[in-house]
Amino acid sequence: MGLDLTVVPPFAGLILQGALWTIAITASAGVLSFFGGIGFAICALYAPAIIRYPIKAFAWLFMTTPLLLQLFLIYFGLVQIGIDIPAFFAGMIGLGLHFAVYNSDIIQTGILAIDKGQHEAGRTLGLSRGQTLRKIVIPQAVRDVVPPIGNNMIALLKDSALVSVIGVVELVHASQLAISETFRPFEFYLAAAACYYVVNLLLEFTLHRIERRIALTR
Amino acid sequence: MTDAKPFVEIRQARKCYGDLEVLKNISLKVNKGQIIAIIGPSGSGKSTLLRAINDLDPLTDGEVWLEDTQVNKKLPHKQYENHINKVRQNIGMVFQHFNLFPHLSVRENITLAPKMLKGISDAEADRLAEEQLEHVGLSDRIDYYPSQLSGGQKQRVAIARALAMQPKVMLFDEATSALDPELVEEVNLVMKRLAEEHMTMIIVTHEMAFAESVADRILFMDGGVVVEEGPPEQLFRAPKHERTKEFLAKHLRANALAPA
Ligand SMILES: Nc1ncnc2c1ncn2[C@@H]1O[C@H](COP(=O)(O)OP(=O)(O)OP(=O)(O)O)[C@@H](O)[C@H]1O
Ligand SMILES: [Mg+2]
Repeated sequence: MGLDLTVVPPFAGLILQGALWTIAITASAGVLSFFGGIGFAICALYAPAIIRYPIKAFAWLFMTTPLLLQLFLIYFGLVQIGIDIPAFFAGMIGLGLHFAVYNSDIIQTGILAIDKGQHEAGRTLGLSRGQTLRKIVIPQAVRDVVPPIGNNMIALLKDSALVSVIGVVELVHASQLAISETFRPFEFYLAAAACYYVVNLLLEFTLHRIERRIALTR
Repeated sequence: MTDAKPFVEIRQARKCYGDLEVLKNISLKVNKGQIIAIIGPSGSGKSTLLRAINDLDPLTDGEVWLEDTQVNKKLPHKQYENHINKVRQNIGMVFQHFNLFPHLSVRENITLAPKMLKGISDAEADRLAEEQLEHVGLSDRIDYYPSQLSGGQKQRVAIARALAMQPKVMLFDEATSALDPELVEEVNLVMKRLAEEHMTMIIVTHEMAFAESVADRILFMDGGVVVEEGPPEQLFRAPKHERTKEFLAKHLRANALAPA
Protein backbone atom coordinates (compact mmCIF):
# COMPACT_ATOMS: atom_id res chain seq x y z
CA MET A 1 0.00 0.00 0.00
CA GLY A 2 3.01 2.33 0.51
CA LEU A 3 2.88 5.49 2.53
CA ASP A 4 0.02 7.83 1.70
CA LEU A 5 -0.26 10.75 4.11
CA THR A 6 -3.34 12.12 2.39
CA VAL A 7 -5.40 9.69 4.47
CA VAL A 8 -4.65 11.75 7.59
CA PRO A 9 -6.31 15.16 7.01
CA PRO A 10 -9.89 13.84 7.14
CA PHE A 11 -9.12 12.64 10.67
CA ALA A 12 -7.22 15.76 11.70
CA GLY A 13 -10.01 16.77 14.06
CA LEU A 14 -9.89 13.42 15.87
CA ILE A 15 -6.10 13.45 16.11
CA LEU A 16 -6.08 17.03 17.33
CA GLN A 17 -8.64 16.18 19.96
CA GLY A 18 -6.42 13.27 21.00
CA ALA A 19 -3.50 15.66 21.26
CA LEU A 20 -5.53 17.98 23.46
CA TRP A 21 -6.42 15.12 25.79
CA THR A 22 -2.76 14.13 25.90
CA ILE A 23 -1.90 17.69 26.87
CA ALA A 24 -4.73 17.79 29.42
CA ILE A 25 -3.75 14.58 31.13
CA THR A 26 -0.04 15.41 31.05
CA ALA A 27 -0.65 18.85 32.52
CA SER A 28 -3.01 17.68 35.27
CA ALA A 29 -0.95 14.62 36.15
CA GLY A 30 2.17 16.81 35.98
CA VAL A 31 0.75 19.25 38.51
CA LEU A 32 -0.34 16.36 40.73
CA SER A 33 3.08 14.73 40.47
CA PHE A 34 4.80 18.00 41.34
CA PHE A 35 2.79 18.88 44.43
CA GLY A 36 2.39 15.23 45.36
CA GLY A 37 6.16 14.90 45.07
CA ILE A 38 6.67 17.81 47.45
CA GLY A 39 4.12 16.33 49.85
CA PHE A 40 5.70 12.87 49.78
CA ALA A 41 9.15 14.37 50.21
CA ILE A 42 8.11 16.36 53.28
CA CYS A 43 6.41 13.31 54.79
CA ALA A 44 9.36 11.05 54.02
CA LEU A 45 11.76 13.48 55.68
CA TYR A 46 9.85 15.06 58.51
CA ALA A 47 6.58 13.29 59.31
CA PRO A 48 6.28 11.18 62.45
CA ALA A 49 6.90 7.48 61.94
CA ILE A 50 3.21 6.53 61.82
CA ILE A 51 2.74 8.69 58.75
CA ARG A 52 6.21 8.31 57.32
CA TYR A 53 6.33 4.54 57.03
CA PRO A 54 2.94 4.00 55.38
CA ILE A 55 3.85 6.74 52.88
CA LYS A 56 7.19 5.13 52.21
CA ALA A 57 5.56 1.72 51.73
CA PHE A 58 3.05 3.26 49.37
CA ALA A 59 5.81 5.00 47.42
CA TRP A 60 7.77 1.78 47.24
CA LEU A 61 4.70 0.05 45.80
CA PHE A 62 4.43 2.65 43.08
CA MET A 63 8.12 2.36 42.29
CA THR A 64 8.27 -1.40 42.01
CA THR A 65 5.15 -2.15 39.96
CA PRO A 66 4.41 -1.29 36.32
CA LEU A 67 2.48 1.90 35.66
CA LEU A 68 0.19 -0.09 33.38
CA LEU A 69 -0.78 -2.35 36.27
CA GLN A 70 -1.36 0.65 38.49
CA LEU A 71 -3.73 2.14 35.94
CA PHE A 72 -5.64 -1.15 35.72
CA LEU A 73 -5.86 -1.33 39.49
CA ILE A 74 -7.17 2.21 39.83
CA TYR A 75 -9.63 2.01 36.94
CA PHE A 76 -10.81 -1.62 36.88
CA GLY A 77 -9.84 -2.72 40.39
CA LEU A 78 -11.30 0.00 42.57
CA VAL A 79 -14.74 -0.29 40.96
CA GLN A 80 -15.06 -3.65 42.63
CA ILE A 81 -14.95 -2.02 46.05
CA GLY A 82 -17.33 0.70 44.95
CA ILE A 83 -14.84 3.38 43.94
CA ASP A 84 -15.76 4.29 40.40
CA ILE A 85 -13.38 6.86 38.98
CA PRO A 86 -13.91 8.18 35.43
CA ALA A 87 -11.16 7.10 33.04
CA PHE A 88 -9.57 10.52 32.70
CA PHE A 89 -9.27 11.00 36.45
CA ALA A 90 -8.12 7.43 37.00
CA GLY A 91 -5.40 8.08 34.44
CA MET A 92 -4.51 11.40 35.99
CA ILE A 93 -4.27 9.88 39.46
CA GLY A 94 -2.25 6.88 38.28
CA LEU A 95 0.21 8.90 36.25
CA GLY A 96 0.32 11.68 38.83
CA LEU A 97 1.05 9.44 41.80
CA HIS A 98 3.51 7.31 39.87
CA PHE A 99 5.59 10.32 38.93
CA ALA A 100 5.03 11.97 42.31
CA VAL A 101 7.02 9.11 43.78
CA TYR A 102 9.92 9.75 41.40
CA ASN A 103 9.71 13.51 41.95
CA SER A 104 9.67 12.96 45.69
CA ASP A 105 13.05 11.24 45.56
CA ILE A 106 14.52 14.13 43.62
CA ILE A 107 12.95 16.76 45.88
CA GLN A 108 14.16 14.98 49.02
CA THR A 109 17.69 15.10 47.70
CA GLY A 110 17.17 18.78 46.91
CA ILE A 111 15.89 19.55 50.40
CA LEU A 112 18.77 17.74 52.06
CA ALA A 113 21.25 19.62 49.89
CA ILE A 114 20.12 23.03 51.17
CA ASP A 115 22.79 24.56 53.34
CA LYS A 116 22.33 24.27 57.10
CA GLY A 117 22.85 28.02 57.28
CA GLN A 118 19.52 28.57 55.52
CA HIS A 119 17.66 26.68 58.24
CA GLU A 120 19.64 28.55 60.88
CA ALA A 121 18.95 31.93 59.34
CA GLY A 122 15.22 31.22 59.36
CA ARG A 123 15.14 29.87 62.89
CA THR A 124 17.26 32.74 64.16
CA LEU A 125 14.71 35.24 62.90
CA GLY A 126 12.10 33.44 64.98
CA LEU A 127 10.46 31.36 62.27
CA SER A 128 9.30 27.91 63.29
CA ARG A 129 10.68 24.77 61.71
CA GLY A 130 7.60 24.48 59.51
CA GLN A 131 7.72 28.11 58.45
CA THR A 132 11.41 27.81 57.65
CA LEU A 133 10.78 24.74 55.52
CA ARG A 134 7.82 26.26 53.73
CA LYS A 135 9.21 29.70 52.99
CA ILE A 136 12.94 29.15 52.80
CA VAL A 137 14.08 25.58 52.32
CA ILE A 138 11.50 23.99 50.04
CA PRO A 139 11.23 26.86 47.55
CA GLN A 140 14.99 26.71 47.12
CA ALA A 141 15.10 22.93 46.92
CA VAL A 142 12.42 22.93 44.23
CA ARG A 143 14.29 25.55 42.20
CA ASP A 144 17.44 23.47 42.42
CA VAL A 145 15.77 20.36 41.05
CA VAL A 146 13.87 21.90 38.14
CA PRO A 147 16.04 20.14 35.50
CA PRO A 148 15.52 16.56 36.77
CA ILE A 149 11.86 17.25 37.52
CA GLY A 150 11.59 18.55 33.97
CA ASN A 151 12.97 15.26 32.68
CA ASN A 152 10.28 13.45 34.63
CA MET A 153 7.65 15.67 33.05
CA ILE A 154 8.90 14.67 29.60
CA ALA A 155 8.77 11.01 30.63
CA LEU A 156 5.27 11.60 31.96
CA LEU A 157 4.18 13.05 28.63
CA LYS A 158 5.35 9.93 26.85
CA ASP A 159 3.89 7.54 29.41
CA SER A 160 0.55 9.28 29.17
CA ALA A 161 0.00 7.04 26.12
CA LEU A 162 -0.66 4.22 28.59
CA VAL A 163 -3.99 5.72 29.63
CA SER A 164 -5.28 4.75 26.19
CA VAL A 165 -5.74 1.25 27.63
CA ILE A 166 -8.32 2.43 30.14
CA GLY A 167 -10.26 4.21 27.44
CA VAL A 168 -9.03 7.79 27.45
CA VAL A 169 -9.04 8.94 23.84
CA GLU A 170 -5.64 10.61 23.90
CA LEU A 171 -3.25 10.65 20.96
CA VAL A 172 -2.53 6.94 20.70
CA HIS A 173 -6.12 5.94 21.24
CA ALA A 174 -7.32 8.54 18.73
CA SER A 175 -4.92 7.26 16.09
CA GLN A 176 -6.09 3.71 16.76
CA LEU A 177 -9.66 4.80 16.16
CA ALA A 178 -8.61 6.32 12.87
CA ILE A 179 -6.70 3.18 11.98
CA SER A 180 -9.67 0.95 12.67
CA GLU A 181 -11.61 2.89 10.05
CA THR A 182 -8.86 3.28 7.46
CA PHE A 183 -6.52 0.33 8.09
CA ARG A 184 -3.56 2.76 7.70
CA PRO A 185 -1.49 2.20 10.88
CA PHE A 186 1.73 3.63 9.45
CA GLU A 187 0.25 7.02 8.56
CA PHE A 188 -1.68 7.52 11.77
CA TYR A 189 1.05 6.34 14.10
CA LEU A 190 3.41 8.70 12.27
CA ALA A 191 0.88 11.48 12.72
CA ALA A 192 0.67 10.69 16.45
CA ALA A 193 4.47 10.66 16.68
CA ALA A 194 4.60 14.06 15.02
CA CYS A 195 2.10 15.39 17.55
CA TYR A 196 4.15 14.05 20.48
CA TYR A 197 7.17 15.71 18.98
CA VAL A 198 5.43 19.08 18.86
CA VAL A 199 3.98 18.79 22.36
CA ASN A 200 7.44 17.81 23.60
CA LEU A 201 8.93 20.90 22.03
CA LEU A 202 6.32 23.03 23.77
CA LEU A 203 7.08 21.36 27.07
CA GLU A 204 10.81 21.78 26.70
CA PHE A 205 10.36 25.40 25.73
CA THR A 206 8.30 25.98 28.88
CA LEU A 207 10.85 24.21 31.07
CA HIS A 208 13.61 26.25 29.54
CA ARG A 209 11.70 29.45 30.27
CA ILE A 210 11.24 28.38 33.89
CA GLU A 211 14.93 27.60 34.25
CA ARG A 212 15.85 31.00 32.89
CA ARG A 213 13.36 32.73 35.15
CA ILE A 214 14.83 31.17 38.27
CA ALA A 215 18.50 31.44 37.29
CA LEU A 216 18.80 34.75 39.09
CA THR A 217 17.27 33.44 42.27
CA ARG A 218 19.66 30.58 42.98
CA MET B 1 27.08 50.74 84.67
CA THR B 2 28.51 48.03 86.89
CA ASP B 3 25.52 47.82 89.18
CA ALA B 4 22.99 47.75 86.33
CA LYS B 5 20.90 44.64 85.96
CA PRO B 6 22.44 42.53 83.21
CA PHE B 7 20.60 42.56 79.91
CA VAL B 8 22.05 39.31 78.68
CA GLU B 9 23.42 36.84 81.14
CA ILE B 10 25.06 33.47 80.78
CA ARG B 11 25.33 31.44 83.96
CA GLN B 12 27.78 28.58 84.24
CA ALA B 13 27.48 27.47 80.66
CA ARG B 14 28.78 24.03 79.83
CA LYS B 15 28.64 22.43 76.43
CA CYS B 16 29.77 18.94 75.53
CA TYR B 17 29.96 17.14 72.24
CA GLY B 18 30.19 13.58 73.46
CA ASP B 19 33.32 13.47 75.61
CA LEU B 20 34.57 16.77 74.29
CA GLU B 21 33.82 19.67 76.62
CA VAL B 22 33.91 22.76 74.43
CA LEU B 23 32.51 25.25 76.97
CA LYS B 24 33.67 24.83 80.54
CA ASN B 25 31.61 26.73 83.04
CA ILE B 26 31.43 30.12 81.39
CA SER B 27 29.55 33.02 82.94
CA LEU B 28 29.00 36.34 81.29
CA LYS B 29 26.98 39.47 81.97
CA VAL B 30 26.23 42.05 79.34
CA ASN B 31 24.52 45.30 80.18
CA LYS B 32 22.09 47.12 77.97
CA GLY B 33 23.93 49.00 75.25
CA GLN B 34 27.21 47.27 75.99
CA ILE B 35 29.40 45.90 73.26
CA ILE B 36 31.36 42.76 73.94
CA ALA B 37 33.96 41.35 71.59
CA ILE B 38 35.00 37.73 71.90
CA ILE B 39 38.41 36.79 70.57
CA GLY B 40 40.45 33.63 70.74
CA PRO B 41 42.06 30.91 68.67
CA SER B 42 40.13 28.66 66.32
CA GLY B 43 38.20 25.95 68.14
CA SER B 44 38.20 27.80 71.46
CA GLY B 45 34.40 27.78 71.61
CA LYS B 46 33.56 31.34 70.54
CA SER B 47 30.85 30.37 68.08
CA THR B 48 29.46 27.76 70.40
CA LEU B 49 29.08 30.34 73.15
CA LEU B 50 27.50 32.88 70.82
CA ARG B 51 25.12 30.32 69.37
CA ALA B 52 24.11 29.24 72.86
CA ILE B 53 22.68 32.70 73.43
CA ASN B 54 19.82 32.13 70.99
CA ASP B 55 19.87 28.40 71.67
CA LEU B 56 21.01 27.50 68.16
CA ASP B 57 23.54 25.24 69.90
CA PRO B 58 21.78 24.32 73.15
CA LEU B 59 23.91 24.23 76.28
CA THR B 60 24.50 20.97 78.09
CA ASP B 61 24.30 22.81 81.41
CA GLY B 62 23.78 26.36 82.52
CA GLU B 63 21.36 29.15 81.85
CA VAL B 64 20.97 31.93 79.33
CA TRP B 65 18.89 34.95 80.23
CA LEU B 66 17.66 37.85 78.16
CA GLU B 67 16.27 40.46 80.54
CA ASP B 68 13.68 38.61 82.62
CA THR B 69 13.32 35.65 80.31
CA GLN B 70 15.31 32.47 80.50
CA VAL B 71 16.13 31.67 76.91
CA ASN B 72 16.89 27.99 77.42
CA LYS B 73 14.27 27.13 79.99
CA LYS B 74 13.11 23.55 80.22
CA LEU B 75 9.70 23.13 78.65
CA PRO B 76 7.83 20.34 76.86
CA HIS B 77 8.80 20.29 73.20
CA LYS B 78 5.81 22.14 71.74
CA GLN B 79 5.79 24.85 74.37
CA TYR B 80 9.52 25.20 74.07
CA GLU B 81 9.28 25.76 70.32
CA ASN B 82 6.74 28.54 70.85
CA HIS B 83 8.85 30.06 73.57
CA ILE B 84 12.14 29.99 71.67
CA ASN B 85 10.60 31.35 68.48
CA LYS B 86 9.37 34.36 70.45
CA VAL B 87 12.69 34.82 72.22
CA ARG B 88 14.65 34.63 68.99
CA GLN B 89 12.67 37.52 67.54
CA ASN B 90 14.53 39.64 70.07
CA ILE B 91 17.98 38.31 69.24
CA GLY B 92 19.42 39.25 65.88
CA MET B 93 22.21 37.13 64.48
CA VAL B 94 24.66 37.72 61.67
CA PHE B 95 26.63 34.82 60.24
CA GLN B 96 30.03 34.56 58.66
CA HIS B 97 28.53 33.35 55.39
CA PHE B 98 25.59 35.81 55.37
CA ASN B 99 22.95 33.13 54.85
CA LEU B 100 20.76 35.40 52.79
CA PHE B 101 17.81 33.67 51.15
CA PRO B 102 18.93 33.42 47.52
CA HIS B 103 15.42 32.86 46.16
CA LEU B 104 14.15 36.12 47.64
CA SER B 105 14.90 39.70 46.66
CA VAL B 106 16.65 41.99 49.11
CA ARG B 107 13.28 43.47 50.02
CA GLU B 108 11.78 40.03 50.63
CA ASN B 109 14.79 38.89 52.62
CA ILE B 110 14.19 41.76 54.99
CA THR B 111 10.41 41.61 55.18
CA LEU B 112 9.82 37.84 55.27
CA ALA B 113 10.09 37.39 59.03
CA PRO B 114 8.40 40.66 60.08
CA LYS B 115 5.50 39.88 57.76
CA MET B 116 5.10 36.33 58.98
CA LEU B 117 5.70 36.95 62.64
CA LYS B 118 4.43 40.43 63.25
CA GLY B 119 1.60 40.47 60.76
CA ILE B 120 2.52 43.83 59.31
CA SER B 121 0.91 45.02 56.09
CA ASP B 122 2.69 45.05 52.73
CA ALA B 123 2.97 48.82 52.88
CA GLU B 124 4.47 48.75 56.35
CA ALA B 125 6.82 46.00 55.29
CA ASP B 126 7.99 48.04 52.32
CA ARG B 127 8.60 51.01 54.55
CA LEU B 128 10.53 48.79 56.95
CA ALA B 129 12.72 47.43 54.15
CA GLU B 130 13.44 50.91 52.84
CA GLU B 131 14.26 52.18 56.30
CA GLN B 132 16.60 49.31 57.10
CA LEU B 133 18.34 49.47 53.74
CA GLU B 134 18.92 53.17 54.13
CA HIS B 135 20.49 52.38 57.47
CA VAL B 136 23.05 50.10 55.83
CA GLY B 137 23.45 52.31 52.75
CA LEU B 138 21.84 50.01 50.20
CA SER B 139 18.61 51.77 49.30
CA ASP B 140 19.31 51.34 45.60
CA ARG B 141 19.56 47.55 45.87
CA ILE B 142 16.09 46.87 47.23
CA ASP B 143 14.94 44.84 44.23
CA TYR B 144 18.18 43.00 43.62
CA TYR B 145 18.70 39.34 44.36
CA PRO B 146 21.52 38.19 46.65
CA SER B 147 23.37 36.68 43.68
CA GLN B 148 23.69 40.20 42.28
CA LEU B 149 25.40 41.63 45.36
CA SER B 150 29.01 41.75 46.51
CA GLY B 151 29.97 40.01 49.74
CA GLY B 152 30.01 43.25 51.67
CA GLN B 153 26.60 44.20 50.34
CA LYS B 154 25.26 40.76 51.22
CA GLN B 155 26.43 41.11 54.77
CA ARG B 156 24.91 44.55 55.08
CA VAL B 157 21.60 43.17 53.84
CA ALA B 158 21.92 40.37 56.39
CA ILE B 159 22.39 42.98 59.10
CA ALA B 160 19.37 44.91 57.81
CA ARG B 161 17.36 41.69 57.82
CA ALA B 162 18.24 41.05 61.45
CA LEU B 163 17.55 44.65 62.45
CA ALA B 164 14.13 44.60 60.79
CA MET B 165 12.91 42.39 63.63
CA GLN B 166 13.89 45.17 66.04
CA PRO B 167 16.02 42.91 68.19
CA LYS B 168 17.18 43.83 71.67
CA VAL B 169 20.61 42.37 71.11
CA MET B 170 22.70 41.57 68.05
CA LEU B 171 25.08 38.63 67.75
CA PHE B 172 27.83 38.67 65.15
CA ASP B 173 29.83 35.54 64.35
CA GLU B 174 32.85 36.65 62.35
CA ALA B 175 30.74 38.88 60.16
CA THR B 176 33.69 39.96 58.02
CA SER B 177 35.81 36.79 57.88
CA ALA B 178 34.42 35.62 54.56
CA LEU B 179 34.90 38.99 52.88
CA ASP B 180 37.60 40.21 50.56
CA PRO B 181 39.79 42.63 52.51
CA GLU B 182 38.56 45.66 50.61
CA LEU B 183 34.96 44.89 51.59
CA VAL B 184 35.55 44.55 55.31
CA GLU B 185 35.43 48.24 56.07
CA GLU B 186 31.90 48.85 54.77
CA VAL B 187 30.54 46.16 57.08
CA ASN B 188 32.61 47.40 60.02
CA LEU B 189 31.22 50.87 59.44
CA VAL B 190 27.66 49.60 59.69
CA MET B 191 28.52 47.80 62.92
CA LYS B 192 30.15 50.94 64.29
CA ARG B 193 27.02 52.90 63.45
CA LEU B 194 25.00 50.39 65.42
CA ALA B 195 27.40 50.75 68.31
CA GLU B 196 26.91 54.50 68.29
CA GLU B 197 23.18 53.92 68.45
CA HIS B 198 23.75 51.89 71.62
CA MET B 199 22.67 48.54 70.26
CA THR B 200 23.68 45.78 72.65
CA MET B 201 26.10 43.63 70.69
CA ILE B 202 28.15 40.52 71.16
CA ILE B 203 30.75 40.22 68.46
CA VAL B 204 32.97 37.25 67.72
CA THR B 205 35.85 38.52 65.63
CA HIS B 206 39.38 37.89 64.43
CA GLU B 207 39.96 41.56 63.81
CA MET B 208 41.73 42.92 66.84
CA ALA B 209 41.81 46.51 65.64
CA PHE B 210 38.09 46.50 65.08
CA ALA B 211 37.43 44.85 68.44
CA GLU B 212 39.56 47.45 70.12
CA SER B 213 37.82 50.34 68.44
CA VAL B 214 34.25 49.23 68.98
CA ALA B 215 34.02 47.09 72.11
CA ASP B 216 33.52 48.14 75.72
CA ARG B 217 34.89 44.83 76.89
CA ILE B 218 36.97 42.08 75.32
CA LEU B 219 36.74 38.41 76.22
CA PHE B 220 39.65 36.21 75.36
CA MET B 221 38.63 32.56 75.11
CA ASP B 222 40.83 29.52 74.82
CA GLY B 223 40.01 25.85 75.28
CA GLY B 224 36.42 26.47 76.28
CA VAL B 225 37.13 28.97 79.06
CA VAL B 226 37.29 32.74 79.27
CA VAL B 227 40.96 33.15 80.02
CA GLU B 228 40.89 36.87 80.46
CA GLU B 229 38.51 39.75 80.05
CA GLY B 230 38.65 43.48 80.39
CA PRO B 231 38.38 46.79 78.62
CA PRO B 232 40.21 46.83 75.28
CA GLU B 233 43.03 49.13 76.36
CA GLN B 234 43.84 46.77 79.23
CA LEU B 235 43.45 43.49 77.37
CA PHE B 236 45.35 44.57 74.29
CA ARG B 237 47.99 46.80 75.91
CA ALA B 238 48.56 44.98 79.16
CA PRO B 239 47.34 41.39 79.01
CA LYS B 240 47.86 39.53 82.26
CA HIS B 241 47.79 35.92 81.11
CA GLU B 242 50.50 34.14 79.24
CA ARG B 243 48.02 32.62 76.75
CA THR B 244 46.54 36.01 75.97
CA LYS B 245 50.00 37.43 75.34
CA GLU B 246 50.90 34.53 73.06
CA PHE B 247 47.67 34.82 71.12
CA LEU B 248 48.02 38.56 70.65
CA ALA B 249 51.67 38.25 69.68
CA LYS B 250 50.81 35.65 67.08
CA HIS B 251 48.12 37.90 65.72
CA LEU B 252 50.35 40.92 65.58
CA ARG B 253 52.99 38.89 63.80
CA ALA B 254 50.46 37.53 61.33
CA ASN B 255 49.24 41.03 60.64
CA ALA B 256 52.77 42.37 60.27
CA LEU B 257 53.54 39.65 57.76
CA ALA B 258 50.36 40.18 55.80
CA PRO B 259 50.96 42.00 52.54
CA ALA B 260 49.93 45.62 52.80
N1 LIG C 1 28.60 19.79 65.98
C1 LIG C 1 29.78 19.56 66.59
N2 LIG C 1 30.13 18.31 66.93
C2 LIG C 1 31.30 18.07 67.55
N3 LIG C 1 32.20 19.03 67.88
C3 LIG C 1 31.90 20.28 67.58
C4 LIG C 1 30.68 20.63 66.91
N4 LIG C 1 30.66 21.96 66.75
C5 LIG C 1 31.81 22.44 67.27
N5 LIG C 1 32.56 21.43 67.76
C6 LIG C 1 33.85 21.58 68.43
O1 LIG C 1 33.72 22.51 69.47
C7 LIG C 1 34.89 23.29 69.59
C8 LIG C 1 34.55 24.76 69.57
O2 LIG C 1 34.05 25.10 68.29
P1 LIG C 1 33.64 26.57 67.90
O3 LIG C 1 33.07 26.52 66.54
O4 LIG C 1 32.81 27.15 68.97
O5 LIG C 1 35.04 27.30 67.88
P2 LIG C 1 35.39 28.78 67.44
O6 LIG C 1 36.10 29.39 68.59
O7 LIG C 1 34.18 29.48 66.96
O8 LIG C 1 36.42 28.54 66.27
P3 LIG C 1 36.62 29.35 64.89
O9 LIG C 1 37.44 30.55 65.24
O10 LIG C 1 37.36 28.41 64.04
O11 LIG C 1 35.27 29.68 64.36
C9 LIG C 1 35.82 22.86 68.47
O12 LIG C 1 36.76 21.98 69.01
C10 LIG C 1 34.91 22.15 67.51
O13 LIG C 1 35.61 21.14 66.84
MG1 LIG D 1 33.52 30.14 65.04
